[in-house]
Amino acid sequence: MKSTAVETSSYQDTTDKTTQTPKSLWGHAWTQLSNDKVAMISLAIFAFYTIIALMSFTGLIASDWKNEIGVSYGAPSWEHWFGLDIFGRSVIAKTIKGTEIAMSVGFVVASISAFIGIIFGSFAGYYGGKIDELIVWFYTVVSSVPNIMLVMAIALISGKGIHSVYLALGLTTWVNLCRLIRAEVIRHKDREYVQAAAAIGGGDFRRLFKHVLPNVFHIVIINFTLTFQIAIKSEVILSYLGLGVQGRPSWGVMINDAKLELARGFWWQLAAATFAMFFVLLALNVLGDALRDSLDPKLKGK
Amino acid sequence: MNIYIYIIRRLLYIIPVILGVSFLIFLLFNVVCPDPTLIMLGKHATPEQMAMLRSELGLDRSLWIQYFDILKSAFTFDFGRSWNTKQEIFEMIKNGAIPSLTFTVPGFIFSTITSLSIAVIVAFYRGQFLDKFFVVLCVSMMSISSLAYILFFQWFFAYKLGMFEISGYEDGFPYFIPYVILPIIIWVILSLGYDLRFYRTIMLDEIYQDYVRTARAKGLSERVILFKHVLKNAMIPVITYVVIQIPYLILGALLIENFFGIPGLGSLIVDSINSNDFGVLKAMSILTSLAFIFFNLISDVLYTMVDPRVRLR
Repeated sequence: MKSTAVETSSYQDTTDKTTQTPKSLWGHAWTQLSNDKVAMISLAIFAFYTIIALMSFTGLIASDWKNEIGVSYGAPSWEHWFGLDIFGRSVIAKTIKGTEIAMSVGFVVASISAFIGIIFGSFAGYYGGKIDELIVWFYTVVSSVPNIMLVMAIALISGKGIHSVYLALGLTTWVNLCRLIRAEVIRHKDREYVQAAAAIGGGDFRRLFKHVLPNVFHIVIINFTLTFQIAIKSEVILSYLGLGVQGRPSWGVMINDAKLELARGFWWQLAAATFAMFFVLLALNVLGDALRDSLDPKLKGK
Repeated sequence: MNIYIYIIRRLLYIIPVILGVSFLIFLLFNVVCPDPTLIMLGKHATPEQMAMLRSELGLDRSLWIQYFDILKSAFTFDFGRSWNTKQEIFEMIKNGAIPSLTFTVPGFIFSTITSLSIAVIVAFYRGQFLDKFFVVLCVSMMSISSLAYILFFQWFFAYKLGMFEISGYEDGFPYFIPYVILPIIIWVILSLGYDLRFYRTIMLDEIYQDYVRTARAKGLSERVILFKHVLKNAMIPVITYVVIQIPYLILGALLIENFFGIPGLGSLIVDSINSNDFGVLKAMSILTSLAFIFFNLISDVLYTMVDPRVRLR
């Protein structure tokens, strides 16, 4: 008895020194994340890519990618760091334009998939019964068609271009998140805090979106980084199959061009696109793991 | 719950799923899709030509009959003829399956064995340098585009060093081997990152279980614990993971086949996309979905057989 009292008081002493106010889950997560150097570097890389993409989108940089600035297939030099392509266009400008496409695909697809996943998953988990059965049946059906067939079918029938890439990938990547959210909402919906919300008169929607959802939202964030990666990788493959963006550079189009260039010794387009992709995917991967560690304490150390 | 009742219930659940899958494919290709005859005949098609082609493809019949056709083909495997080459679709798929399997199956076996063995080693040295090295390696390998791997390996090993055939394929047992070695290597490299990471997680999941602590407490060596206890228990998720991947072997590797000119199912899909051959695409979607449903069922049943806790749910 005595020893526990001593322990508690010493525990309080130390906590008083480090943190004055109790921290929320997000506060804790942020503290842990900001102590993780590798994760912070990854976050910085991700932010850098986002800024590049935004600057390219608003036309601040690389808007002149179409211009011929040198000889066809000029090798990398001090003037043109990543060399020139077949039409003498700057590969670095094309890579930046590709970054814009890749980041936009990542953000849009991950958002669409998060939206569908949250709505379906939380409704299925919260209401249960017939609604649950229907939604479970629906995602079983969607996940039964191999993803690549479904993506290609949707991209093919919705026409070529960036919008069909958004649509095809957005409509096919939500199943995983939906499953996770559903399971987590089922675990939460009968807990005391939800009952308390019901007792003071909170309706179903209020209980679900105001009380349950914030407690399962970390899954959405962890999944966001995962879907982002899948979207970037899939965009490259769709572009290669001729179902992606048309008439403007993307990493997939650049790698596709390299198919004919490599045998003639022109490696810089492939290298530029591959490295551009490598760093953002690596950053997302590391970030995803760090987020999982800091937001989901149960999984710590795995 | 009795295991037989569980299996029967699981079997019956296939029916609504197949109905749903065929409806989804019908919805995509027969309802949402803009008029395929317009794409096939081009801009200068006359309405008569289009009507003729439509009746030839059976697109002028009522939607209910079209849906019923797709549903029927999921059971009879009669997919009609290709819109483009006019060949029997089932024959085309049968011919394409063999070249695909000649490199996906060895690739799958090699990658599973390699990554599983590395995962065991890494689990043994968890938290040490070797473990960290492989974690970094996995993440890096997963961050490179699969297209870049294929392109680079084909250029470097086949073109530059001349160690393998650049592309092409020959039928028959010993003849296809030189053409599939490099695709197999690439398949292994492509899946190594994902597989190793997954198996490592499974191993570590088991290592932190209570029974491992018990085994350690009664004085068993780390080696015995790892091979006699952990590996045995980890086999359950490993087997389900392996079973679920089998449909993807049948699907072939789209990009690898395309780059190496292997006339498998992946090439068939790419060709059908380029020629808007919806007949073949529908058939491939249905067949791969059926394979997926079937192997999912097997994996579920296997899981229930080895892990009785699942049945209670």
